[in-house]
Amino acid sequence: MNALDTDVLVIGGGSTGAGVAWDSALRGLHVTLVDRQDFATGTSGRFHGLLHSGGRYAVKDPGSARECAAENRILRQVAADCLEDTGGLFVSTPEDDLEYADRFLAAARAAGMEIEEVPVGVALRDEPRLNPKIRRAFRVQDGSIDSWKMISALLRGAQAHGAKVLPYHKVVKVIRQGDRVEGAVMEDQRTGEEVRVNAGCVVNAAGAWSGQVAQLAGCEVGVRPGKGVMVAINHRLARAVLNRCHLPSDGDIIVPVRTVSVIGTTDHPVADPDDTECSPEEVHQMIEAGELLVPGFKESRALRVWSGSRPLLPKTEGAAGAGDREVSRSHTVLDHGARDGLEGLVTIAGGKFTTLRLMAEDTVDVVVRKLGRGAECRTRTEVLPGSESHHFYWIGNRQQEAESDPPDDPLICECELVSQHDLDTVVARRPNWRLDDIRRALRVGMGPCQGGFCAFRVAGMLHQEGRYGRAEANSALREFVQERWKGVKVISWGAQARQTRLDRWIFEGVYDLEHLPE
Amino acid sequence: MTELAWGAEAWSEVRASLDRCIKCTVCETACPVAAVTELFPGPKTVGPQAERFRTGGQSPDLSVDYCSGCGICSRVCPQDVRIAELNSRARSELKRERGAPLRDQLVARPGLLGRAGRPVAPLFNWAMANSLIRWAGERTIGIHRKAPVPRSTTRTFSYWVGHHVGTRSARRVVYFHGCSTQWYEPHVGQKVTAILEHNGYQVVIPKQDCCGLPLQSNGLFPAARKAVTRLARQLVPDGTSDLPVIASSTSCGLMLKREAREILGADSPELRSVSQRTYDIFEFLLELHQRGELRTDFKPVPLTVAYHAPCQQQNQLIGKPALEILRLIPGLRLVELDRSCCGIAGTYGVKREKYEIAMRVGEPLFADIQAEGPDLVACDSETCRWQISAATGATSVHPLEILHRAYGGS
Repeated sequence: MNALDTDVLVIGGGSTGAGVAWDSALRGLHVTLVDRQDFATGTSGRFHGLLHSGGRYAVKDPGSARECAAENRILRQVAADCLEDTGGLFVSTPEDDLEYADRFLAAARAAGMEIEEVPVGVALRDEPRLNPKIRRAFRVQDGSIDSWKMISALLRGAQAHGAKVLPYHKVVKVIRQGDRVEGAVMEDQRTGEEVRVNAGCVVNAAGAWSGQVAQLAGCEVGVRPGKGVMVAINHRLARAVLNRCHLPSDGDIIVPVRTVSVIGTTDHPVADPDDTECSPEEVHQMIEAGELLVPGFKESRALRVWSGSRPLLPKTEGAAGAGDREVSRSHTVLDHGARDGLEGLVTIAGGKFTTLRLMAEDTVDVVVRKLGRGAECRTRTEVLPGSESHHFYWIGNRQQEAESDPPDDPLICECELVSQHDLDTVVARRPNWRLDDIRRALRVGMGPCQGGFCAFRVAGMLHQEGRYGRAEANSALREFVQERWKGVKVISWGAQARQTRLDRWIFEGVYDLEHLPE
Repeated sequence: MTELAWGAEAWSEVRASLDRCIKCTVCETACPVAAVTELFPGPKTVGPQAERFRTGGQSPDLSVDYCSGCGICSRVCPQDVRIAELNSRARSELKRERGAPLRDQLVARPGLLGRAGRPVAPLFNWAMANSLIRWAGERTIGIHRKAPVPRSTTRTFSYWVGHHVGTRSARRVVYFHGCSTQWYEPHVGQKVTAILEHNGYQVVIPKQDCCGLPLQSNGLFPAARKAVTRLARQLVPDGTSDLPVIASSTSCGLMLKREAREILGADSPELRSVSQRTYDIFEFLLELHQRGELRTDFKPVPLTVAYHAPCQQQNQLIGKPALEILRLIPGLRLVELDRSCCGIAGTYGVKREKYEIAMRVGEPLFADIQAEGPDLVACDSETCRWQISAATGATSVHPLEILHRAYGGS
């Protein structure tokens, strides 16, 4: 078995783990990060993409609102390339209490948010599809986050400072020496080989899965996965994030992120965070809810449905003895030494994407204390790779680049404008790409046709370049198409149903996908 | 109305139509421009695909400017995506952000050139035929030296109208003649009037200005909106609010019928009313014929005429009524030219950087005409006629000129 020594072993390659890796690496610690799958495949890659202004928590959870407002400002400084400065609106629809709007405004100011009330006419001019019956509108600093870009930038930054990252490495055993955790054993999910990592400190950053990781170490973390369903709409219906100005509930936010609008979300407690099934009822509920913010929402083309599991942590988990059963959206660092008498293990639970930097800072502060070394936190000012120019990501970027692509560099994915050169560059980065990893890295197959026109091109090219054998290419294609189908089957009506039909004709009629040789 | 591309309700409908695209690529195979140049990536690419990357306020792509606006993509789309309309809006947004060159401002205002040329028509026509002057014009303002330009006349159509004693009748129509009839081809208007009067109609010809189509196709939407709204008012003189409005310029007719509302998002009570009452001249005559009301006292016209249906006529979705009417004329040998576009697309092909593209687009049509060697080419659109004549040397006429001859006109 291969063995590695490291200062900090981070379990979980979502936003939390990547943030911890970046923070630790900047403090001069050697980091190894592992994930059972590719990075950003859990909750982080499955969220609506909102960069919170704090508005959604202003009234109910002022602490979280304050954190969001502050972290929003910092991320804009250090991670511009991963963010889009869409701005946000909170609007009082005819079904929302106007009195809440006053409380909202006061609470937002108290939380340190930048907020201004705008005349309804101005809001409607800026957002022509917004419900003309809105009665009040507030402009806030919401934005959208490209989660894959952000996590990729954090990991690249960490790697540049010596970190080692291992995707598809699942923890099969936590190594304990008495009441001390000394590392873990990982199994490479692609080769079956095991790797042992000896660590000065292990950080359990598995989010909604952190209960499962804690169990391997022999302790309990009462994280409660809360499933949220989201629907992506084919194009941007609004320029800014649209929020209903009321106590947050289901389907009251539309986020313009990448090329789509995402409506979210629901919140149902689930036993297993891998439960990602979306029921037609949940989807219907989202689509109906969207109508209140954007009339005609129902007629828009729903592109895909998915769900993610929030890593909710009941307050009792954080402060022993507190009787409050309410769930906070803030985060908690659990020092298992103090809590369970188990040294060498720290769990970071709860929290949200927008506060990933703060979560990492708080976590690594504890780690540094335990290791007895490591510098001060630098993530407040250290700019992430790719964001050096401080230009925000802009939806038009890819179109602009596609314009200047040489004519001999054809588009592989027409919906998301991925060229052959883009594909070659990404696959050269590491061996063993799955089609789904390429999707996350490049957005191949994520547009209106959901892979109908690009999946076979990518599989064919990887085969041509010798990266896939024949059987491998065929099964990769089948697997990818199946996975895409999972996200469209519950929304198969209207334009998307016609698209699916055409895609099926291509896959079954032209390629005979079901009978390709193994 | 706000001038943001992301503005009017009509615009939202056009934008929302991108959701219907299933990427079937039918439009790409039918696009005459993409077939001849790599500068235009194709209607699906710059239409429903690129639209997802636009949010208004900043245009990510310049290649949409190479769309000629012929509208074939929208017509062939089996899913009813408003591709040409999307492109038109995107082009307008581009011009709004970057400003339109003087050249575009100029060619977008046919009345301006018409007014300037009229008092000195012989000089103007000489200048337009002078290769040195045309060369200078290409270098300075970017109008291609070989691009077809109309010949100016000293007597406008409205001058003729002022001296014309029309017939009086209980059956009346309003005639929308358009700029080319006014400034360059008054004989077309005279013949339209004669044909309608011959069929027992009183022709009401109100004073009228430009419909704004060239402004629209050059992306100058605010001015275009103003123009078409003004024209709609002019076309409703007292007591005419329920009369058919007859257009002899197909592209301008389409502007009134649909494009003003669907592309420009223009709206007024007059426009809505006029838009519903507008007929292409041959559409109107064919309806008369179908009711048995068209006079068919035709004299034989022993000529070979090759007919080309222009894009903007085809986009009216009325078939080819001119063909059906001309087929009634004895002695006439009628050849249908089954080609898509002559390339000029209004003012597209006169531009220095687009002239060659336009000529390549029209190549199959020109070849057919040259192979046929007809006595006349008939085409309903003025700019297409000028393009066809310039490219092939053939004499081109409005099909109603042939009908006029069959009725005994000269």
